[in-house]
Amino acid sequence: MHIPDGFLSTPVWAALDVVGIPTAGYIVRVAQREFEDSKVPLLGVMGAFVFAAQMINFPVGVGTSGHLVGGALLACTLGPAAASVVMTAILAIQALVFQDGGILALGANVFNMAIVGVFAGYLPYYLWGRGRARRASIFAAGALSVAVSALLAMAELLLSGVHMPASILGVSLGLFAVSALIEGAITMAVIGALEAIQPNFPRPLAAARARNYAVGALALAALVLAAGGVVAASTAPDGIERLALDTGIAQHARTWIASPLKDYQAGFLGAGWPAQAGAGVLGIAMAGGLCVLIGRKR
Amino acid sequence: MLPPLVLVQGLSYQYEDGTIALRSLDFSLQKGESVALLGANGSGKTTFALHLNGLLSAGKGTVEICGLPVNPKNLTEIRRKIGLVFQDSESQLFMPTVLEDVAFGPLNHGLSPQEAADRAQHALHLVGMSTMKGKAPYHLSAGEKKRVAIAGILAMDPEILVLDEPTTFLDPPGQRALAQLLLELPQAKILITHDMPFARAVCTRAAFFQQGQIVEEGSVEQVARRHDWDFTAPRTA
Amino acid sequence: MHHVTLDQWSRGVSGLHQRDPRVKIAAVLVFLVVLATAHRMLPWLCLALFAVLCTVTLAARIPLAGALTRAGVVLPFSAVFAAVSWLAGDPQRGAALLMKSYLSAFAVLLLVSTTPLPLLLRGFEMTGAPRFLLMVAQFLYRYLFVISEEAQHMRKAAWSRGATAAGLAGNAQRFRAAAGALAVLFARSYARAGDIHRAMLSRSFPGYFRPLVELHLHREDVAFLFGGVLTPIVLRVLIEGAS
Repeated sequence: MHIPDGFLSTPVWAALDVVGIPTAGYIVRVAQREFEDSKVPLLGVMGAFVFAAQMINFPVGVGTSGHLVGGALLACTLGPAAASVVMTAILAIQALVFQDGGILALGANVFNMAIVGVFAGYLPYYLWGRGRARRASIFAAGALSVAVSALLAMAELLLSGVHMPASILGVSLGLFAVSALIEGAITMAVIGALEAIQPNFPRPLAAARARNYAVGALALAALVLAAGGVVAASTAPDGIERLALDTGIAQHARTWIASPLKDYQAGFLGAGWPAQAGAGVLGIAMAGGLCVLIGRKR
Repeated sequence: MLPPLVLVQGLSYQYEDGTIALRSLDFSLQKGESVALLGANGSGKTTFALHLNGLLSAGKGTVEICGLPVNPKNLTEIRRKIGLVFQDSESQLFMPTVLEDVAFGPLNHGLSPQEAADRAQHALHLVGMSTMKGKAPYHLSAGEKKRVAIAGILAMDPEILVLDEPTTFLDPPGQRALAQLLLELPQAKILITHDMPFARAVCTRAAFFQQGQIVEEGSVEQVARRHDWDFTAPRTA
Repeated sequence: MHHVTLDQWSRGVSGLHQRDPRVKIAAVLVFLVVLATAHRMLPWLCLALFAVLCTVTLAARIPLAGALTRAGVVLPFSAVFAAVSWLAGDPQRGAALLMKSYLSAFAVLLLVSTTPLPLLLRGFEMTGAPRFLLMVAQFLYRYLFVISEEAQHMRKAAWSRGATAAGLAGNAQRFRAAAGALAVLFARSYARAGDIHRAMLSRSFPGYFRPLVELHLHREDVAFLFGGVLTPIVLRVLIEGAS
């Protein structure tokens, strides 16, 4: 689910730009160390592969079809850091060239799909990818990556004040579950087919490398829990309101509405839209600044 | 007397999976020569070519280019002297525009952007592609791509050109134009090819590969006849 | 295909095409922020910004109807959420989602169709984005054209293999065929990446890319920057002041 611009409220997109973009920058550095610059073509071409793979439809049920999202497939074959870089590049190209997902919302989409989605998807594979449960772990990787990304996106929309009646939330969660299962099945089938045509591929987890990822994987388990928490809070009728009140977002969320009648809308940050816009610009500037700091040493 | 441009002695190579690709192979190339490497798929021609500029270097034996042994220390110098044109131009033209792609090598050799651009322009002129410099490689025809790929090598001002299956994807007029271009270029050439008319037109000599060895060298005509290496229509009863 | 069209547009000739990518990026970011944070008098503001974008499109000699349609790719997604908001008793938010997402997409579309992507990525590089990532994106874009074509062949192959059996059994067969096609595509892409890498090494790739063209800001660029940044802000101040 690519969030377009105009959907998220300013605090949400700005905060996720500040969190998501520098984190992606950090992961890029990790991947760069691991892969050396000369692997730029590998990551680029695999990104093109994931793009192109979406043209191939998988029949599921009668008359409906799904396609690969790809985060888990890449994480299981190239490792999570590389997969995260590839997914970030894909999201950037999708936002720019295909108008699929917004530019201000890029931080949010990167956070949901390229960071949390990829690392959460990698977790089951990391834990059980070597043993007898290998196939199941690949299935779980695909399912989890899509489920977590979708839940996060949903939580962000709710936080931004997009109203959803309980029935529609229920239907959405059902759809997420179905897409997650489809992604799991596709990921498992593709890796299975890949191992059949190239037996020494994807490479088994390198023991030395895996240790480094343990920290990241644990951190991500926490993130997954957090994401689950946000959604659990929001599915309960009062949950989002309560959460919003507690964090002071509610006032803003209500005032975001396109209504010239509500006078209290200027209340956010106490000083009307220039302050809000200023906060947004500040967010972008911070994200950029952090990237420069992280990327300075090559 | 100058050393031969290429001197290979006792070269052996084995792939990780145990396949022996080259066995104790000897080869030499003199200035002005154009050699066709013939032989069945999998007989070691491409593996051999990858040794010439140090892309592969695990086995026994020595490779010298213009008297320089191919080793990690000399790689930059070696890769300036010998240019490889790969079979699939699409993989070779990885930069966004034709000019940037052709300037890629010169820039890597430390030339200033201006000098590199001049070199690239000149190389494009040599292959007759000057008007295409601003285009994206994707929009070119197969023949144009091949020319640009060759320009990318020529821009590095090499002494030896190695071309792997240069006529694949080219239509007959494209093949003819490529042969013409290669005949005009002064560099020594090594051509890996299955295209016998092309080899006859361009090459002064042929070497026949069989199971990782060169089993025969001579004129293209002679080698082709000895190994029955030319297309003749199957007999209909 | 969408990206092929945009690629062609981006290589057009106009004053807008010639501007430095950095000033165009700045103008679009300001536009997006002004739009994203707007709520009062939103329909009027959107109308004014829409007029600005249309003018820019015409000035850049990009087919207006085509650009308007292409920006509409966001509408199905937005429409779903607009409908949900409407059902939830919040039609104004629904309308806001539609307008904001459409105008944002239109603005980004204009940026991309007046700037060839590699140049745009260079522009982003100078604003601090990691070069490694941008090079990955550049290679992705370069080989997107190539691998999409391969994927289309694979799709045909997968269909013809799985098309015989009907019903659920046919589905399972087609599913496996599609998985097989993707596996082959994966392996081929991986092999191609190896080929590209060898081709790069053959031309002495030192591990980083040296740019051929340096970007320079001209006076027109600075003028454009001021115009591009001020226009949405002034429009918004004027329109909100009128309420």
